[in-house]
Amino acid sequence: MDGNVEDFTETRPKQAHTMSEMIKVDCRNIDVFYGDKQAIYDISLAIQDRAVTSFIGPSGCGKSTFLRCINRMNDTIETAKVSGQIYMDGADINDHSIDPVLLRSRVGMVFQKPNPFPKSIYDNIAYGPRIHGLASGKQELDEVVESALRKAGLWDEVKDRLQAPGTSLSGGQQQRLCIARAIAVSPEVILMDEPCSALDPIATARIEELIDELRERYCIVIVTHSMQQAARVSQRTAFFHLGKLIEYGDTEQIFTNPVDSKTQDYITGRYG
Amino acid sequence: MARNEAYMSEHIVTAFTDELEHLSANLLRMGGLAEAMINDASRAVVTYDLELARQVIKRDKSIDELEAEAEKAIIRLIALRHPMAADLRAVLGAMKLAGDIERIGDLCKNIGKRCLELTGDENRAAVKGIERMSRAVSHQLQMALDAYLRQDVDAAIRVLELDDDIDDHYMSFFRETLTYMMEDPRQIGSNTHLMFMAKNLERIGDHATNIAKAVYYMVTGETATGDHVEARLKQSGGAG
Repeated sequence: MDGNVEDFTETRPKQAHTMSEMIKVDCRNIDVFYGDKQAIYDISLAIQDRAVTSFIGPSGCGKSTFLRCINRMNDTIETAKVSGQIYMDGADINDHSIDPVLLRSRVGMVFQKPNPFPKSIYDNIAYGPRIHGLASGKQELDEVVESALRKAGLWDEVKDRLQAPGTSLSGGQQQRLCIARAIAVSPEVILMDEPCSALDPIATARIEELIDELRERYCIVIVTHSMQQAARVSQRTAFFHLGKLIEYGDTEQIFTNPVDSKTQDYITGRYG
Repeated sequence: MARNEAYMSEHIVTAFTDELEHLSANLLRMGGLAEAMINDASRAVVTYDLELARQVIKRDKSIDELEAEAEKAIIRLIALRHPMAADLRAVLGAMKLAGDIERIGDLCKNIGKRCLELTGDENRAAVKGIERMSRAVSHQLQMALDAYLRQDVDAAIRVLELDDDIDDHYMSFFRETLTYMMEDPRQIGSNTHLMFMAKNLERIGDHATNIAKAVYYMVTGETATGDHVEARLKQSGGAG
C-alpha cells in the first residue's frame, strides 16, 4: 500500500474499495477542454444511486467542470469540448437522440448563490412542472408545489404566503426554494455546486439535513469547499487535483485514512 | 516512509503544526518520567531505599498533571482545528498514549507504596527477579516511546512481540516465588508484596504494548490486530 503512495501521476485514481452498490451515473474517460486548455484529464468515476457523493479539491481542480458534464451544462459554453461517455442508467447522455432540456429535467441542479426566479414562491416551483407538462390542472399543480416544498422542508415556513416573491425569503430559505424547484420536476439526480457557501451555519445545517433526507430518493452529487461538509453529508468522496481524479472512496476512509498522499495533504491542510 | 514525512510536514496554518508538536513533546516528557519511575521504583526495592520509594510515589502527581494538560490540548485541537486523516489519528493516538502513560505512573506509585511495606531482608533471588523484570519492562516502554517519536511501525511491531517475553518473565517469577513461600512460610508476607510488584510490572508492559498499538494505528490507519500485523511482517520480510 505504502509502496505506491507517491505515485499520483498515473491516471487511474486510487480506490480503496470496489463498489457493489447500484450505479446511477457511470462516467468513463472524460476529457474536457476549454479552447486549448484541458480542464479534465481522463476521469472515470461511477456515482451511486440513493447516496450522496461529494467532490472536493482546491479551486480550479475541475470539480465543478466535471459536475457540469453530468447535466451537459458545458454544452452552453461555446469553447468547451467534452469527450468520453457518461451513462445514466446505461444510456449515454451525450447521445444525439438525447434532448439536453429533457436530460436537465432528470438531472436537477442547485447553484452556489440561491437564484430564485423573480416570481412568486408558488410560480418558482410550478414553472418546471408546467413547461414539462407534469401536472394537468390547477389542483394537481398545487399538489406538486406542496409536495416539493414539503420535501425541501420549506412548506411550513411559506404555506401562508405562496404568492410572495421568492426573493423575499431569507438566503437559506431561498436555497431551499431552489432545491424544491429542482425536486418539483421529479429528477433522478440532483447536482449541487457549493449549495451552502453563501449561507450561515444554521441555514447550512438545515440544507445538510435536507440533503440527508433527499438521499433516500435521489442520487446526489455535491461540490463543496468545506471538507467538514463533505465529511458530514456524503457517503462517497472524490478528490480532484489539477483536472485529475486522485482518489475516490468511502467518505469515512478518505477522512480517516486516505490512500494517496496528495489527498492526505489536502484534507489535513498541508497543500498550498 | 512517505507517510511519516507527510505526518511531519507543515500545515498551512503553522499554529496547528506547533500545537501537534507541542502535544507530542508533552507526551514524550510524560513517557520519559514514567520510564524513570519504573527504574527508580525497582532500584528502591533492590537497594531497599525508602526515601527513593517515597520520591517515586510523589512523582506520580507530575504525570497526572501532564496528562490533564495533554487532555486539554487534545480537546482544544479537536474543537478548534478539526484534525483530519493522519492528524486525526495523531490526536486520537495521543489521547490513548496519555491514558496509558498515566496508568504506568499509577502502577509505579503502587510499587513504591509496597516497597515501604518491605523489611529489607527479602529473599535476594526474588528481589533480583523484580530487577530483571523491571529492566525488560522499562526497555519495552522505551522502545514504544521511540516508535512513537519516529512514527515507526516496524519498531511498534517489535514492541508487540516483546510482550510475550514479559508475560513469561512474570509467570516464571510467580512460580519461583511460590517455591520460596513453600520453603519458608515466614516469607509469605514479603514475597506476596514482591509478587504484586511483578504483577504491576507486567501491567506496565501491557500499557507499553497499548502504546505500540496506538503507534501502529497512527501510522497505518489500521487497528493492530493479529492479521494486520502478520500481513505487515510478511510484506517487510519479517521484523525482528
